[in-house]
Amino acid sequence: MPLIVGMSLLLGCQFIGELLARGLAVPVPGPVLGMLVLLLALMIHGRVPSALRHSGEGLLRYLTLLFVPAGVGVMVHAQLIMADLWVIGVTLVVSTALTLAVTAKVMSWLSQRRLRRGTGA
Amino acid sequence: MNIVALDQLWVYLSGHPLVSLLATLVAFITASWLNRKMGGTPLLHPVILSIALLIGFLLLAGIDYSTYFEGAQFIHFLLGPATVALAIPLYDHLERVRAMLMPILLACCAGIVTAVGSTIGLAALMGAAPETLLSLAPRSVTSPIAMGIAEQVGGIPSLAAGLVLLTGSVGCALGPWILRLMRIEDPSVQGFTMGLAAHGFGTAHCFASMGAMAGAFAGLGMALTGLLTAFLLPLMTTLLGL
Repeated sequence: MPLIVGMSLLLGCQFIGELLARGLAVPVPGPVLGMLVLLLALMIHGRVPSALRHSGEGLLRYLTLLFVPAGVGVMVHAQLIMADLWVIGVTLVVSTALTLAVTAKVMSWLSQRRLRRGTGA
Repeated sequence: MNIVALDQLWVYLSGHPLVSLLATLVAFITASWLNRKMGGTPLLHPVILSIALLIGFLLLAGIDYSTYFEGAQFIHFLLGPATVALAIPLYDHLERVRAMLMPILLACCAGIVTAVGSTIGLAALMGAAPETLLSLAPRSVTSPIAMGIAEQVGGIPSLAAGLVLLTGSVGCALGPWILRLMRIEDPSVQGFTMGLAAHGFGTAHCFASMGAMAGAFAGLGMALTGLLTAFLLPLMTTLLGL
């Protein structure tokens, strides 16, 4: 039963998220809003119900598998991607590397400075 | 018992959801096993390997993507509740998130501007077609949001979705290597960076190989990037006159 209760809670939040996304016509997918709804509910409730943790963490453990069906969809765009293969390839690799480096640098620099200031004061 | 029935049987079965569902699971198990055999190298990430195996299988068996997806959609559907479930690790590490709120927000803005700016800059320099350029722009955002953005700024939504997936794979391959090179050891920074640059792929990678704290921050990075890019990108393309 805990699996069913947990799954119902997750799907319920997703449902509210979808309603919000459609109702407010925002360009954000329902599940992302559903995540915010669940976070808010957990903050109000003050702890994670064990049924919810059970099914939620079970799903997250296999998160990589869940991306496979969508990933196979790349085959549909093979022709479009082949047409601009070099441009797309170089852009993806260089720009992703830059994004990773800049984000990690900014965040670790800011958080370390914050820590130093916190302990130094 | 006659053998002629076998290929008829296959014609019937290849259109059945059961085949694609089973093939997806078997491909994933094989890919995980192969990845472990190769010492867990991020270059042969289980997701990328499973996708390659499945594309090979579908081409060989002559099954098209929409037929495959009829079966695989049962797995795909679980992405929704799994995204919602990201709130759980996020709640567990809420103290940490609160303490790092400013670094998180600033790093997120810096990351988005770098991602969109360098993508548009590089692709324009190398002479990409305008539709390709605008479909590339939202590539570091999780696919449902990226498709919406691409449509809004004049790209091709389905191409954008494909590029998002490629970005995720590239990020999973490059991320651990770049983080090691830069000597980033804080799991919260590692996770947030992976989630920002490689959305769901990066988040899944963090949960699978960097631990729950990195996973929680990756989920946060993915969600925040999605939300902020949806507002920032149309603004940036207007500023750049695209």
